[in-house]
Amino acid sequence: MTTITFPLSADTQKQRTTQEPAWIRILLIGLTLIFLTLFLFIPLISVFYEAFKKGADVYLAAITDPDAVAAIKLTLTIAAIAVPLNMVFGIAAAWAIAKFEFRGKNLLITLIDLPFSVSPVVSGLIYVLVFGLQGWFGSWLAEHDIKIIFAVPGIVLATVFVTVPFIARELIPLMQEQGTEEEEAAVVLGASGWQTFYQVTLPNIKWGLLYGAILCNARAMGEFGAVSVVSGHIRGSTNTMPLHVEILYNEYNFAAAFAVASLLALLALVTLALKTLIEFRNQQHQQRGHE
Amino acid sequence: MYTFKQHSILPGFNLALGFTLLYLSLIVLIPLSAAFIRTAELTWPEFWSTVTTPRVLASYRLTFGASFAAACVNAVFGLLVAWVLVRYHFPGKKLVDALVDLPFALPTAVAGIALTALYAGNGWIGQFLEPLGVKVAFTPLGIFVALTFIGLPFVVRTVQPVLEDIETELEEAAATLGANRWQTFTRIIFPAIFPALMTGFALAFARAIGEYGSVIFIAGNMPMVSEITPLLIVTKLEQYDYAGATALSVVMLVISFILLLIINLLQWWSRRRNSAT
Repeated sequence: MTTITFPLSADTQKQRTTQEPAWIRILLIGLTLIFLTLFLFIPLISVFYEAFKKGADVYLAAITDPDAVAAIKLTLTIAAIAVPLNMVFGIAAAWAIAKFEFRGKNLLITLIDLPFSVSPVVSGLIYVLVFGLQGWFGSWLAEHDIKIIFAVPGIVLATVFVTVPFIARELIPLMQEQGTEEEEAAVVLGASGWQTFYQVTLPNIKWGLLYGAILCNARAMGEFGAVSVVSGHIRGSTNTMPLHVEILYNEYNFAAAFAVASLLALLALVTLALKTLIEFRNQQHQQRGHE
Repeated sequence: MYTFKQHSILPGFNLALGFTLLYLSLIVLIPLSAAFIRTAELTWPEFWSTVTTPRVLASYRLTFGASFAAACVNAVFGLLVAWVLVRYHFPGKKLVDALVDLPFALPTAVAGIALTALYAGNGWIGQFLEPLGVKVAFTPLGIFVALTFIGLPFVVRTVQPVLEDIETELEEAAATLGANRWQTFTRIIFPAIFPALMTGFALAFARAIGEYGSVIFIAGNMPMVSEITPLLIVTKLEQYDYAGATALSVVMLVISFILLLIINLLQWWSRRRNSAT
């Protein structure tokens, strides 16, 4: 008689041993949602609320203001320079690290990660020490009338510095996992180095590359501390979007500050959506690979 | 025989490594060395007195204290969020999972003004705290709130993959041997995720110490009270005190390097722990 109910009871027993009672589960989920609502969702929503609080006209006026448009253009320009540069660097670094065995590899990986642990303010300051008027090349640059600090080149350099690791650190583990067999086969079959890269390696890493580029772009457009130190805050000329937000905010022009900020928040949301899509695609891809 | 590199038939090693080293030197290493070389122009007593004035010491206490408190909160709630995301199912879970990375993607200045608006006396959250006598915006408590926001994803994202990899067989075995759920958690699960938790804590702490953008809006920035060290560097720079700013940034850099070393050790420990089980 008891044998009939045994499979069922064993099943519920198993449920119970590796899961908490329902009330604990609900309590933990509730706590998590309260915490995330307070610290994530409400701040995010408040950006859009504050931006539209004074109506769509004020919003549109704020983001079509000539200084705001100049800031948007500058931010896009900087990202368009910094992301491709770090893409080339990321591919080169990952090729050397993932496809070859050499001494000092771990040290090199640590050095690539270094900008992540440097305070943004310090990241800006070191370029002032090199290129600023008091810096190493300051007098030489002044003689030749080249401006780097308090000008666009300085902003680009500081942005490149803080975004150096993003693409490399996505590609290194990915290419290490993929190994060298496919490239070796291509070389043995007579492909040149560039052919091997374009036709074998690049198709294999394109999603990782895109993933890194998206994260790199988000940071490049949103960087504040490092850029603030080297920019000089010249309206309409060396003001990026985050710096423009700061200026408007400090002038108590809150609606306009939040309007420009809402564009950056939108960028963050698009970044997260694309990131999640690529992760979802990779998961599907992996599952198909296992089957 | 000493060989720098193992033989391989693949081309491009010299080009790739050469470019990597050149790029890293030009963008990262040479500029960073500038901070140390410029500081070396100071004598040791000069350096020491610059980085230990009462105002600077107050900024260290605030920066480290607020960062430590924020990292602790992130460790507790990060573990909770990771646990709930890995083990439980609830509507909207995918969305919550994706939004956890928001502090990584949201520019720090935007986070700063949003949190300030929320916690100001007339803000959505501030209006409930003010009558209780709790002032958040423009006080050290505000700095703690901003740093908690900034560090939120670190613990979640380091603990989550480790938690996903834990086999339920271990937990079943523990239950079979008579352990209750709490014992299983403290004796089986927690030791397995502890290195990852510490790594996440250290990452959040390291990020918080250097943070600038989100903090300056909410901090109030009063010298001796709510002035963080990165802000002090900027202030000195604006007063053309390059030696002072550089000396302070060297202190920050040395602390970052020590934390980086600790994080690398923790990650190594975490990997070893996970491959052993």
